[in-house]
Amino acid sequence: MNKFTRALPWILVAIFAGWVISAFRPPKEQGFRLSEFGKLPVLLEGRVQPLDSVGRNTLLQIRTKQTVLLDDGRTSMPAVEWVAETMMKPDVADTRKIFRIDHPEVLSLLKLPEKQKYYSLNEIKGSIAELQKQTDRIVKIDDKLRTPFERQVMKLANGLMLYNRLKNSLKHETTEDFAKELDDYRKVIQPGVAAVRAQQSGQEFSQQAFDEILEYLSRYDFMARFSYPLLIPPSNPEKARDAWENMGASLMAVVKGGEVHPAAAYYAAMSTAYAKGEAAEFNRKLLEYRSWLREQKLNVELAKGRKEFLFNTLEAFYKATGIYLMAFLFGALSWFKMSPTLRRTGVALAWLAFVVHTTGLIYRMHLEGRPPVTNLYSSAIFVGWGAVLLALILERFYRDGIGVVTGAAVGFTTQIIAHNLALDGDTMIMLRAVLDTNFWLATHVVVITLGYASMFVAGFLAILYIFRGVFTSTLSSGMGKSLQRMVYGIMCFATLFSFVGTILGGIWADQSWGRFWGWDPKENGALLIVLWAATWLHARWGGLLKERGLMCAAVFGNIVTSFSWFGVNMLGIGLHSYGFMDAAFKWLMAFVASQLLIMALGMLPKHFWRSFRPPPPGAKASGTPEPALLTEAKA
Amino acid sequence: MDKLLKRIIAVISSLRLTVVCLAIAMVLVFVGTLAQVDEGLYQAQNRYFKSLWIWWSPGNATFKIPVFPGGYLVGGVLLVNLIAAHIKRFELSRKKIGIFIIHSGLILLLLGQLFTDLLSTESALQFTEGNSKAYSEDFHANEVVLIDQTDAQQDRVIAVPERLIASQKDVTLPSSSFNLRVKNYWPNTDLLKEAAEGAVASGATEDVGKAVFVRSKPLTAKMDERNLPAAVVEVQAGQKSLGSWLISPLLRKQTFRHENKEYEIGFRFARHYMPFSLSLIDAQFDEYQGTAIPKNYSSRVRVENPRTGEDRQVLIKMNEPLRYGGLTFFQFQMSTNRVGPLSSTLQVVRNPSWLTPYISCVMVGLGLMVQFLSHLVGFIKRRSTTA
Repeated sequence: MNKFTRALPWILVAIFAGWVISAFRPPKEQGFRLSEFGKLPVLLEGRVQPLDSVGRNTLLQIRTKQTVLLDDGRTSMPAVEWVAETMMKPDVADTRKIFRIDHPEVLSLLKLPEKQKYYSLNEIKGSIAELQKQTDRIVKIDDKLRTPFERQVMKLANGLMLYNRLKNSLKHETTEDFAKELDDYRKVIQPGVAAVRAQQSGQEFSQQAFDEILEYLSRYDFMARFSYPLLIPPSNPEKARDAWENMGASLMAVVKGGEVHPAAAYYAAMSTAYAKGEAAEFNRKLLEYRSWLREQKLNVELAKGRKEFLFNTLEAFYKATGIYLMAFLFGALSWFKMSPTLRRTGVALAWLAFVVHTTGLIYRMHLEGRPPVTNLYSSAIFVGWGAVLLALILERFYRDGIGVVTGAAVGFTTQIIAHNLALDGDTMIMLRAVLDTNFWLATHVVVITLGYASMFVAGFLAILYIFRGVFTSTLSSGMGKSLQRMVYGIMCFATLFSFVGTILGGIWADQSWGRFWGWDPKENGALLIVLWAATWLHARWGGLLKERGLMCAAVFGNIVTSFSWFGVNMLGIGLHSYGFMDAAFKWLMAFVASQLLIMALGMLPKHFWRSFRPPPPGAKASGTPEPALLTEAKA
Repeated sequence: MDKLLKRIIAVISSLRLTVVCLAIAMVLVFVGTLAQVDEGLYQAQNRYFKSLWIWWSPGNATFKIPVFPGGYLVGGVLLVNLIAAHIKRFELSRKKIGIFIIHSGLILLLLGQLFTDLLSTESALQFTEGNSKAYSEDFHANEVVLIDQTDAQQDRVIAVPERLIASQKDVTLPSSSFNLRVKNYWPNTDLLKEAAEGAVASGATEDVGKAVFVRSKPLTAKMDERNLPAAVVEVQAGQKSLGSWLISPLLRKQTFRHENKEYEIGFRFARHYMPFSLSLIDAQFDEYQGTAIPKNYSSRVRVENPRTGEDRQVLIKMNEPLRYGGLTFFQFQMSTNRVGPLSSTLQVVRNPSWLTPYISCVMVGLGLMVQFLSHLVGFIKRRSTTA
């Protein structure tokens, strides 16, 4: 028993660490080496990324998952397989259930059965005209004024559009043997161009050659207008590194003289081999293409593809989320069982999750070449990171399970928020000109985000105080005092970070727009946090609020911070707005309501609380023994 | 009396007043932020933050009552409270040094922002490649101008602010023989070539305005729009009327002759003249490959200052402004039209107290760090002795 309890934390850490590291195991692939295919670099959203990322982000947008569940309901198809199939075997891809439709009225509009959550293109196809009719009308409506039905229609229409674009990125969706098509195209170019020239100058020309070339060009023009990722790498990377092209445009350019781009030929060969099920040929062409890229000195792009592919398979944030949840459970259990082993297990798991979280964070920074926070998604990742770090430091000082529960809970929640923010698509999108400054991203943004993190830690500690006090008898007055001291300490950090972060933001604005303070909603949000932290500290120093009042005020800090973090973006105005997020608005309101409810609980008269009750005569005092810290004077 | 004074001092230096002011400030900032959705940033800023009181008129009433303290009042009281508390409780000790630095920094910040509000001006300088300009145009204010163009070297400009025109009274133009009689004024308009619903004939008797119809519009509160006023003014020389003109920033240049002199009359964005000129040599605008995300904007500008004989080129980029002659020039907007020469807009700011937030940020950050770190060190020390 004793041996086991001592070893328990380490056993669990080893199991979860093994789970994390399993991502590095090379995949067992027989046949097509699709994971290698998934590492190929392409350009999308202005940045070089592997095809795997293209697949994952597209699936996230249309299916809200990074994988496709197959018809058997058990096996799931990884994004890289899906992206290969969509680009090279679109008729099979059309049978995959990838379009998520939740709204019953949209289902009835498209005459779809209500039993499923996901539908395939083939199922939707029959009602495309109806869908088109609706979207033509809805496009004209301001997106803030759209009804849920209209939003769902637009979401589906956008999903269909993305899917169609992806289908026409490598070859025209109706092409079966792309390699043969390119050979034929090469043959008709010369006579075709001659025919067109002759026709234009009014001379005699071959109608057949004329029609043939126009037939090809109209196919490639369609691809050029629709294609999604740019597959064709720059021909002269030394000169113009960003000059990637889409397949259609590249093929069309051949008529102006020159050859079919080697990359196009490689992709065509891979596509034909894939469609015919010739794995060996596919793999051979894949390797050839890779070494060709290397010869072209596109090593940086190849490496980027490889690294980001590994980052995707590592799924560090997803795994950290799971481990945080376990840490939270062990930490919370430790209060009821009064078991130091459970607490130690929780702490060990929380540290493991934190290490995984940190690895993901640093990996992401390396991939982007940016400071940790560049958009709303990464701010959620970073708020969680900062909060966990603060909470784990608290745990080291107090060793009472409070830090670990706080850290794990805030870490878990922020990861869930980040996951939902990622549904908008690529999370490593390029930064628009005004944000393109690593100096300010590394200072203002990081500091202010740490301010959010510390406000949330303080608020969550206060929630623990209220919950434990009202619902359990485990909150001794010593525990209460030490919680109050923790909240105070964290509040001091929150003030420091929020104030300095806000002023740095003002200075950035002064550098880029010429005014330090413009009462922009995001600025005001940050100011609200600073004001609230200052109010809290002064109310404490002046003795205007006592222990429970301070705790309720710290919970209110959660509301202020969430308004500053998300609420101001929903106003849809100002220089900082990220766009309207209606689903998020509902969640924000629910969060605010829950915090108000907790504050109301905290304000219940003391005799409703299960803790702080005078012990029945003769009984020993309930709760944990008071820690030695009580002797400490008021800071 | 002495007692009363003591009580007053006790109140204005009290921590309770600080907390109340901070709480009121929070409400104010919150309401002022929400109000921007309807009122626009500029309006809301003036109504909630750059005011002593927030005024409200019930229903259709013509009177206004103050309902909540405005930004200047709250900020002012906080400032007085802060200074009073310091004078009263000032003691320079190691324990209090952090607090002292923090609050001195805050005082500097508040005063600096007050001066910024009072002294700073913002305007825009728009030019196309090859153009040169020695003035910038105000974002909000407009002016009616009468320009004596007789001298080929130099124009004589008489400018009248919009508010004088808005009051629709006669305006005597200083140092000239002209009077302006305002016959009509609209604060925001569309000008139309043909009659349309809601549009009225301008009533002008001269030049292009005769054939123009004016449609009045409600004032705009949007960030990316400005009000485009119009007026019909009759120009009088002594007792004699020279005719009436429709003037508006939307119309082309209109001139008339009087006593062998050529004059231009117009209603334009108010100008701020500079003792030097800027010319746009080259504007750059890039997007990320395959996207519509702007990657970079920049303007290569030539600065010519006849007074100092200076003539040099600078590159103004996002986040890299030019500070020159007491003004700061920021890359603001860029035409995304790729046909023909690009046009670039610089934001021009005059703000003598721009350095104060930099200093106060360092002070407050330092003070907070000193204060909290000394707490933290004390806490850890105590823990290691009690543990």
